[in-house]
This record gives sequence, C-alpha cells and structure tokens, in this order.
Amino acid sequence: MLILTCPCCGVTGEETEFHGGGEAHLTRYGPGSTDEEFQAYLFRRENPKGVHFERWRHVNGCGKWFHAARCTVTLEVFGTYPAQTLRPPEDLLERIREKRPGWRWKDLS
Amino acid sequence: MKRYSAFAVAREAFRNHLGWDRAWRAARPKDRYDVVIVGAGGHGLATAYYLGRNFGITNVAVLEKGWLGGGNTGRNTTIIRSNYLQDASAAIYEKSRSLYESLSQDINYNVMFSPRGVMMLAQTQHEIRGYERTAHANALQGVETRFIGPREVKQLCPIINLDGPRYPVLGALWQPRGGTARHDAVAWGYARACSDMGMDIIQQCEVTGVRSSGGQVTGVDTTKGSIACSKLGLVVAGHSGVLADMAGFRLPVESVALQALVSEPIKPCMDVVVMANTVHGYMSQSDKGEMVIGGGADGYNNYTQRGSFQHIEETVRALVETFPMISRLKMLRQWGGIVDMTGDRSPILSATPLSGCFINCGWGTGGFKAIPGSGWGMAELMAKGHSPLTAEFGLTRFAEGRFIDESVAAGVAH
Ligand SMILES: Cc1cc2nc3c(=O)[nH]c(=O)nc-3n(C[C@H](O)[C@H](O)[C@H](O)COP(=O)(O)OP(=O)(O)OC[C@H]3O[C@@H](n4cnc5c(N)ncnc54)[C@H](O)[C@@H]3O)c2cc1C
Ligand SMILES: [Zn+2]
Repeated sequence: MLILTCPCCGVTGEETEFHGGGEAHLTRYGPGSTDEEFQAYLFRRENPKGVHFERWRHVNGCGKWFHAARCTVTLEVFGTYPAQTLRPPEDLLERIREKRPGWRWKDLS
Repeated sequence: MKRYSAFAVAREAFRNHLGWDRAWRAARPKDRYDVVIVGAGGHGLATAYYLGRNFGITNVAVLEKGWLGGGNTGRNTTIIRSNYLQDASAAIYEKSRSLYESLSQDINYNVMFSPRGVMMLAQTQHEIRGYERTAHANALQGVETRFIGPREVKQLCPIINLDGPRYPVLGALWQPRGGTARHDAVAWGYARACSDMGMDIIQQCEVTGVRSSGGQVTGVDTTKGSIACSKLGLVVAGHSGVLADMAGFRLPVESVALQALVSEPIKPCMDVVVMANTVHGYMSQSDKGEMVIGGGADGYNNYTQRGSFQHIEETVRALVETFPMISRLKMLRQWGGIVDMTGDRSPILSATPLSGCFINCGWGTGGFKAIPGSGWGMAELMAKGHSPLTAEFGLTRFAEGRFIDESVAAGVAH
C-alpha cells in the first residue's frame, strides 16, 4: 500500500487518506493560448515509468494540496513538498538522482 | 498449418496426440520487415492478422517483450458488449462484436465466444435516464439493446438482490448478444493464424528504441538487435507512453493499475454478465464455475500490475450487496493489469507526428471487446493511411476538441 506524508500537517497515512491529483508542474495556459497549448495543459501527460511528480490532496486530513515525487513502478515515495512551487526542491532532485542514477529532471510540458 | 476439427481430434486420439503442430513458429527476427508491430496483445496480433488477411501484407513481425497475451489481453474479465453512446464508438465496438460472432470459424481456433447477454444495472434515477438515452442511441446505430425493468432483470439473473439497502435495482440496459470469450484463445488464435501466413511472432524481444531519419520511421532497437521497417505500429496498452517517448512525442494518456479477481469454482448460478456501475463492480461466471469479478482502477499513475488493496475491498463490498449469495465465497486469485486511460475514455487509433509510425492505444479498462474491430481498422489505417472505423479516433482530436465522450456511458471499468 502506498504511504504518503503530508508536508502541510506532517501526518503520515495510507493512500486511502489522500486523493491523487495527477501530474504536477503543468503549465496552466489561460485565455488567448493556442489549441496546442490547451491540449498540453489539459491532456498530454508525461506518464513516466519511473519518477513521477504529482499532486495529492490530504482529503481525509488537513484538506490541503501538496506535491509528491514517487516511483510509478515501485511506489517508493522520494519525498513530498508544498504545493506552492513551480519546481521540486533541489535536495529532493539530488536524492532522486542518487537513487535513480542517470535520471534527469525534464522541463515538463 | 493443420486445421483443427472434430476429425483431427479423433485422429489424434488414436495416436496419443503426437501429431499436433506448434500453434505458431518460434521465430527469430529478420533484418527488416515491411511492418513491425510492437506488442503481441490482442490488438497487436489482430492488427497483424488483418494486414495479412485483408491487404495481403505478410512481411510482418510482431515483437513482444514478455510472452504473447501476457499483458492486459490475458488479464481481463472478457466482457464483450457494444452498447456505447457515441456513433463512432458504436461503429467500432459493434464491428468488433459482430466479428467475434464468427471469429472461431474465421481463424479456426475456438475462442469460446459466448453471447450470453450483458446487463448494466440502473440503480439511480440518473442511471435510468442515461441508459434509456443509450438504448435510443443504440436503436439509431443499429445495435440491439433494450432498457428492461426490474422484473425482467430478476428473471434473467435470479441471484440478484433487487432491493438492496443503498441502491435498489431499478432496471437495466440489456444487450442480448453481448457476452464473453476466452481471452487467451483470442491471442493464441490470432497468433497461430498470423504465423500461418508467414508472419514472425517474436517473444522475449523488448523494443528499447525507435529509429528514424528525417521525420520518417526506419526501424526499432530491441533486446534481440535492430530491426528495420517501413511502417511501425505501437500497440502496447499501458506502456504506450514509454514507446511514444522513444518515438519522440507525448500522449494524452495516463497508465493506472486495474484489478480483477476470481472465486473458487461453484455450480452454475448465473448465465449472464452483470455490471453495476453505481456501486462499481461487475461479475460473470466462467465455464469452470469461478465467479469472475472486476471493479475500479487505481486513483494514481502506476505500472505495478498489482493494484491497491482497498479497491478489492470496495468491489467485493458492492457485489455482496447486489448478490448476497456470494458473501461466503472464497476468493482464489487476484491480479492487475496496466491500463491506458485517455481524457475522453475513448481509444486512439492514429498516425503520429513520426511519419510511418502509427499508434493504437487508450483502450483503457475496456478494450478486450474491441480486439477484432480495432485490428480491422488499424490494419486498414496502416495499409491505406485512413479507415472509416478509425477516422474519429485520431490524436488530433484532443487539440481540436472533437472528443468522443464515453466517460458517462462507460462509468465503470469493464
Ligand atoms: C483487470 C482487467 C479487466 C479488464 N476487463 C475487461 C473486460 O471485461 N472487457 C473488455 O473489453 N476489456 C477489459 N479490460 C481491458 C482489456 O484487457 C485491454 O483493453 C486490452 O486487453 C488491451 O489489449 P492490447 O493488445 O492493447 O494490450 P496488451 O494485451 O496489454 O498487450 C500489449 C503488449 O505489449 C507488450 N509490450 C509493452 N512494452 C513493450 C516493449 N517495449 N516491447 C515489446 N513489447 C512490449 C506487453 O508486454 C503486452 O503484451 C480489462 C483490463 C484489465 C487489466
Ligand atoms: Zn495534511
């Protein structure tokens, strides 16, 4: 079972306590954007087999949104961090590079 | 290929069954093919089969990283139906269902198609209206379905509890010619027919890269060496994102685990397929007597082929409410498959940004029923560049806003 730690209230809980919110760090295109850009924002996903940055909500807890970096193959959680950022924290990226040699942060969408 | 027949069974019975051939050759890859298909699931094999049967293209290889049919094709709960809402869906799913009717004869392999009837229960007023609408749409599309009342539901499926505590059964959308088929047999039968046409089915051969030159696909790298091709079909379900990444584009697809489970075998008690979308569970009885049960997909991306435990709990809870008699059944096995979900819950059969490279994916939780029709359309698309069956299912629909919205009609995994 997937276990996450909410960075907002510090509680560690099973996945039933949380709700997945899909890929994180998408560029949210607004009015005046092209069809291609809207498509990228609304539908195109990296969907990696491996390191995934994603949004979660602590629904049965503090109710806050946060980010997580997780391996989609092993369900290992590399770390969670606040929602109010456009890029994962550097120390988290470093930790992932250590565990997954050769892995690189791609500019998503 | 020796044909399978009652006579062949009798003949072999007299010589200790020593005369049967391998169903398909164990092929080694050649340097180049006209067409390479990645993924020997039902959709990949059916694509190859109809390329040969309908278009005479037989210099084809189907590459499979594991074993043939070991992906979702061998993991699904085998429900076949075509009672979708949108015209484009009805066309391809009904084409598929009707091909299933004569598939065993066509490929000389018993796929055990059993049109026992599929009912989708209406357990809220909203569902009644939704299914009545679908029944009307189906009437216009020429797909035989009917909205039936609770009495008829009970007659067709006596083990159902009509007045459950949360969601009484108010009626159902009934498709009398829907049903099930044997999933392995579909993969094996197509593989045998492909091999018989001279195609190479190469197992334990993982594609690790896509080669191209000047925007045109030229071949693939595999764990068994490089293979050149003029046309490439990516038909890898949950791994579509991984293959698309190799080919240099991104898909509107997310991969999640979907699970199923089966009970210990019991005496025949249910001869239709029942889907309960509101409570999220569905069930049928296999020929061996096991109750075959499926439910919801995981709520987050993953490639674990296992699935979350609470989904089993939810599914079983829902089904016990609908079928109280199964409450004491022991469950024998549980497994998961990685399904490829698109934004509008409809598949993608399309050319791609890489010229010569085609993709067939996004069947998500419900593509077993579509194998023959999808293979038929995909083969035409790859051979001729367009197909009426696949025209609406192109990749560009997500930019153009021409969605084929089936997320309401197919609210449950199936
Ligand atoms: C639990 C469950 C229940 C389901 N129930 C139903 C149902 O009742 N009715 C229904 O209609 N549908 C159902 N489905 C959906 C259905 O199983 C799928 O839509 C369908 O089988 C997809 O077939 P496919 O050929 O596209 O994919 P698959 O059968 O998954 O085949 C893809 C193949 O590609 C191979 N592959 C992947 N990557 C590579 C690579 N790099 N190189 C080479 N090969 C590769 C894989 O090993 C795999 O064998 C269910 C699915 C699941 C998981
Ligand atoms: Zn919290």
